[in-house]
Amino acid sequence: MKQTSRILSTYSADAFGVASSLFELGGMVIIHDASGCNSTYTTHDEPRWFDMDSMLFVSAISELEAIMGDDQKLISDIVKEANRFHPRFIAIAATPIPAMTGFDAESVAMQIENETGIPSFGFNTTGMKTYVSGASQAFLKLAERFARKEVSKANNHVMNILGLTPLDFSTNGQCESLCKLFTEHGWTVNATLAMNTNWEAIENMGTADVNLVVSATGREAAEYLKETFGTPFVECVPYGKALTEKLLDVMEQLSQGKDASIDFAFENDTNAHDFIIGEEIASLSLAKALELEHNRHFKVLCPTNEGSLLRPIDRYTPYEEDIVDALEGAETVISDPIYRNILTDQIRFIPLAHEAFSGRIYRKDIPNLIGDISYISEKL
Amino acid sequence: MLRKVNGHEVNIEPIKIKDCDFPSPFAAGLEFSSPARGTWNIAHQGMLVPEAHEIFVCAASCLRGVVLTAYEMKAERRFSTVAVEEQNLIEGNMEDLIIDGVSDIIDQLPEKPPCVLVYTSCVHHFCGCDLDMVYRELRDRYPDIDFTDCYMNPIMRKSGRTPDQIMRSRFYSLLKPRDIVPGTVAFLGNDFAMDKNSTLYKLLNEAGIKIHELASCTTYDEYQEMAEAEYYIVDYPSAKVGGEDLEERLGGKLLYLPFTFSYDEIRKNVETLAEHLPITLPDFASEEQACEKALEEVKDVIGNTPIAIDYTAFSRPLSLARLLLTHGFNVKSVYADAFTGEEKEDFDYLCENYPDLEIWPTLDAQMRFASDRKQTDLLCIGQKAAHFNSAPHFVNLVENAGFYGYQAITDLCRLMIDACQNEKDIRTSIQKKAWGCESCI
Repeated sequence: MKQTSRILSTYSADAFGVASSLFELGGMVIIHDASGCNSTYTTHDEPRWFDMDSMLFVSAISELEAIMGDDQKLISDIVKEANRFHPRFIAIAATPIPAMTGFDAESVAMQIENETGIPSFGFNTTGMKTYVSGASQAFLKLAERFARKEVSKANNHVMNILGLTPLDFSTNGQCESLCKLFTEHGWTVNATLAMNTNWEAIENMGTADVNLVVSATGREAAEYLKETFGTPFVECVPYGKALTEKLLDVMEQLSQGKDASIDFAFENDTNAHDFIIGEEIASLSLAKALELEHNRHFKVLCPTNEGSLLRPIDRYTPYEEDIVDALEGAETVISDPIYRNILTDQIRFIPLAHEAFSGRIYRKDIPNLIGDISYISEKL
Repeated sequence: MLRKVNGHEVNIEPIKIKDCDFPSPFAAGLEFSSPARGTWNIAHQGMLVPEAHEIFVCAASCLRGVVLTAYEMKAERRFSTVAVEEQNLIEGNMEDLIIDGVSDIIDQLPEKPPCVLVYTSCVHHFCGCDLDMVYRELRDRYPDIDFTDCYMNPIMRKSGRTPDQIMRSRFYSLLKPRDIVPGTVAFLGNDFAMDKNSTLYKLLNEAGIKIHELASCTTYDEYQEMAEAEYYIVDYPSAKVGGEDLEERLGGKLLYLPFTFSYDEIRKNVETLAEHLPITLPDFASEEQACEKALEEVKDVIGNTPIAIDYTAFSRPLSLARLLLTHGFNVKSVYADAFTGEEKEDFDYLCENYPDLEIWPTLDAQMRFASDRKQTDLLCIGQKAAHFNSAPHFVNLVENAGFYGYQAITDLCRLMIDACQNEKDIRTSIQKKAWGCESCI
């Protein structure tokens, strides 16, 4: 049955994607849910929780407020704390009960903005979609509200990196490696949306010549920035040397106004029995890197989002049943260690922990593959 | 204390106990989540039922915390999920989703479990899901499996039983009536087995009385033997209603002997126990003397070091504060968002005699900014107090830890000395879920 999981975990949810993407930016994020429900996010999905004083709170909605449609308490509570803490912005992310009762996050945010003068936005998340959906909405909103329109292009190899959260990139140095890699190749990295970035860079996102989208969470923001500022974007994570070279070439062409992209299709026909399970852009990038460096062909199973980049041989697999079916006859699987539970002993398994799936359990084992996939290569 | 937040000074402050309302000193508002994770959640607690399989039926955001709980405690093979999606709310097919989802999982399990705990969530309450029909159907389909209804509905905080009270009772709902064996007891509602040296356990054991308790059961059959108990002993406040349920359903008698640090209450509780069971009353004076000696020893070591206590360590933080203050300790603060009714007398006493005792919330939004500098000159009892004060000297335990009576006092004294003499790594110690439970973290 589609919606059951006998043993697999659940991907981080949309409301948590909102929280993760806005975590470092000085705003106040309110998960509109019952008391204690924020602890799931702060325990499993947020490696920065112990060290950063981010203003992430839960509204602690009770049954009476939900039944009576009492949004005023939420508004008053948020206004009170906003006046005390002076956040840069306010964001409200809804969850299952507000979704059921027809809570209008956007209207509530508008009222809060009217009362506080602080930019506020609401996300009608439901707690029933993956983090990709929530983080996408949040990054898009950041771009829409805060990227200054009256800027001019740098035309000097300036780039933004879009789609960075610990859910996909942990806090093990991948963000820093990305910046280092592009800086070493003559690029100036402006915003890294939204890890280790500063507010001014977000306001200046429109100055970039090229946007690099490193997870599906950054796609909607990239499309907006393309539409608004004409900034071209490419979707890829620079895994390994060969793919990095290709990506740098594509970015160079884009910066010159040419049309270019990474072609994730296999260069030769294949009857692949090898699989990568994970987020769309990261998994496709790893598949491409393995093809370029080892001539190995990996199909992608993407449980996080339907994925416009997925190739015909890849599959969107939101349910355990889909994955079990797709892996019939598999020879090698690269995925989060939790998937090992549904694999037979005959399958060669290469662990690649994904925080959005297994939370903090394998955090210390998450490799940094930026520019160097030897961690995977050694296990093939 | 003043903290700089986004360039503005924010005053983070407690309430003095003399100015507190009882039982809820703080207004409800936006809530913070402390990284202290030592208390048990409903997924941990359900795993205490031996051989049980847990199935949670919830939205992804609610599933995530419990499925990862199961993985972290290495119990993932006893845990499954059914994801509630938007179309289930729109189509109104929640009953079918539960019945078919639970059946699908049971049919996939390599071995049929003797019992299944089905956890439904807030959405089921709000959509009027017919849970009676759901469980009837599941019992018809799987007559060899015992099902019970469990709940993950934290939104239901202001009407009837609290979620904690409900869950501490549901884990005994699978007990089937059997002949009561006179003179047997069952401890109910605790996450931990009673310490073998705890006052209650020791007295019962010395009298040769058969003791049942959930945390010590290793098989489902052994669990079922709890139903033979003549007396249900409850010491945890939120577990009392579970004892009342069993009293009505199985016919035993509830003995509510609330956990406390008061000599008078301990004595009263032991005497109550002796009215019903053939225990030998201890020499109260010598027990109290041993506690006094232990307290003196701690005092010699920690002197006037300030002490902070939080509610996660013991169910009676005010009783503990009173014990320590009346023995000359420098208890500076208590962290608790609300107090149980059992604390009223201690609250009144402290208001009158120690009116400046600080009461801090743990959930209030301001607590995000409370932990600003390492305090090595403070002794904390409980993980949250340790976190909010960045205090490496702390007693690390939760929910009474199986302690009771005089033993609770003497063992706490021992732990206080250890905490005073040895620093702990706060980050590592408090972020593990469910203190005392297996963890891969």
